[in-house]
Amino acid sequence: MSTRALEWIIERLLFLCAALSILTTAGIIMVLAVETYQFLGEVSIVEFLTGTQWTPLFSDRHFGVLPLVAGTMLVSVIALVVALPMGVLTAVYLSEYSPDGVRRIVKPILELLAGVPTVVYGYFALTFVTPLLQTFLPTLSGFNALSPGLVMGLMILPLVSSLSEDAMRAVPRGLREGSYALGATRMQTALRVVVPAAFSGITAAFILAASRAIGETMIVAIAAGQQPRLTGNPFVPIETMTAYIVQVSLGDTPQGTIEYRTIFAVGMLLFLMTFGLNLISTWLRERFREEYA
Amino acid sequence: MRKRADLIFQIVSLSTLVIALSALAALIYDIVKDGASRLSWPFITNIASRNANEAGVYHALMGSIWVIALTGALALPVGVAAAIYLEEYGSRSRLARFIELNIANLAAVPSIIYGLLGLGLFVRLMGMGQSVLAGAATLALLALPVVILSTREALRTVPKSIREGSYALGATKWQTIWHQVLPMAMPGVLTGLILALSRSIGETAPLITIGALTYIPFAPDSVWSKFTVLPIQVFNWVSRPQTDFKANAAAGILVLLALLLSMNAIAIIVRDRYQRQGRA
Repeated sequence: MSTRALEWIIERLLFLCAALSILTTAGIIMVLAVETYQFLGEVSIVEFLTGTQWTPLFSDRHFGVLPLVAGTMLVSVIALVVALPMGVLTAVYLSEYSPDGVRRIVKPILELLAGVPTVVYGYFALTFVTPLLQTFLPTLSGFNALSPGLVMGLMILPLVSSLSEDAMRAVPRGLREGSYALGATRMQTALRVVVPAAFSGITAAFILAASRAIGETMIVAIAAGQQPRLTGNPFVPIETMTAYIVQVSLGDTPQGTIEYRTIFAVGMLLFLMTFGLNLISTWLRERFREEYA
Repeated sequence: MRKRADLIFQIVSLSTLVIALSALAALIYDIVKDGASRLSWPFITNIASRNANEAGVYHALMGSIWVIALTGALALPVGVAAAIYLEEYGSRSRLARFIELNIANLAAVPSIIYGLLGLGLFVRLMGMGQSVLAGAATLALLALPVVILSTREALRTVPKSIREGSYALGATKWQTIWHQVLPMAMPGVLTGLILALSRSIGETAPLITIGALTYIPFAPDSVWSKFTVLPIQVFNWVSRPQTDFKANAAAGILVLLALLLSMNAIAIIVRDRYQRQGRA
């Protein structure tokens, strides 16, 4: 075979591997769409999206997904309330205050937090954080939204802090120097110059963190309970979309039944929510890159 | 006054950092306290049992090793090939831009969605069943974005002069990539691979979704075996009400973390080897 033909073949093969990512996305959408379509043949989309009761595994079946969405939102909001301020403050400290030595030690430790398997966080939430919270919140149930929410906040903190720090470090030095020249302190410079200048990058980090929180599974499957409930009360057991998928997957649900299809319908909704958030985040980061290019 | 506000602000930001780090310390303390006493040689060599004190992780540990080895074998060639295409061949075309955007988005899709893809595609449509192969294929898709991104970064660090020197000697593009660029990028590629695999080894949700079992009393003997993995075994033990099983879960976590750490140690050793060879 001539060298040129070989080169041509290799380039096509490499292209196929790169194109596999498009096939993956297409595969996800196809698998979810086919089962969701069949699910919607049996349950109206209005009932699915607006119903307030989710009991597909009981004899009195209801297919309203809102309790699962509410559970997901409740845990995610708690996680974000923890992760956003702490992540940004950590990023401000690392980018504007810390000596290089501290930064070199702290960053790998923060990355360690991101590398801990989520099932470990679940264990931590159930056996450490929940009992700890119960000592001063006696009404807190053994399964609840608060404890997994807090722990999830800890898990996504490194994501927020490292992306925010990247955004802050990309702010040109000249802006900081101008601010110092006008007599501003480091705090004034950080809060009134650097953070606003890095705003779209920080927002992108927030959105990515939100998407991560919505899709997180094991922490809530272990520590939040399995009771779909339309509530904003963080002290009682709830169930998230992801935890529901796990619950059904653990049981022996035969293919082709409506119970089996519910996990794909819930998965579709989850996919659309996170995919939307990811697109917004990517767009924001691109825009941010242009600002100081 | 301004100085004091500045100082307070610095203390507040520093203390958030301290809180985060002490939470990590609490997590490690909690697990060691609960699990260390349960950790023993029989715990490693025994299989699952209904009796908490006789139960071990052998089957799950073997399952994890099988799945991870196969995941690496699938993700490495495909990921490196994709990265080479994007970095060396098509980086300017519109299609390559689209693929890039797509990979960035895939990297942020929740892992449980990959589990649903694996269930619909590998387990059902392609008839792999709830096998090691189906699990590894699912995790390989999940690991691909990380492998691709880190390989691209490694390729980018190879100086242009190396490529030009190779071309000047009459080498073709592929010869240049295969004999010059890839060997130089190898430490970065392998580090990225191990990073991706150490994330995969902790993955629980996608494997539960494809139907990996929570109770399975044997180690896999082929890629078609049914299997369970360490994090699923841990999840199974955590979900039981008896405290004895909680201790098992903590000990299982310690084994999982030890596996994670040794993978990272291997990554560092391999990278050092390659780097020394590169210099010699």
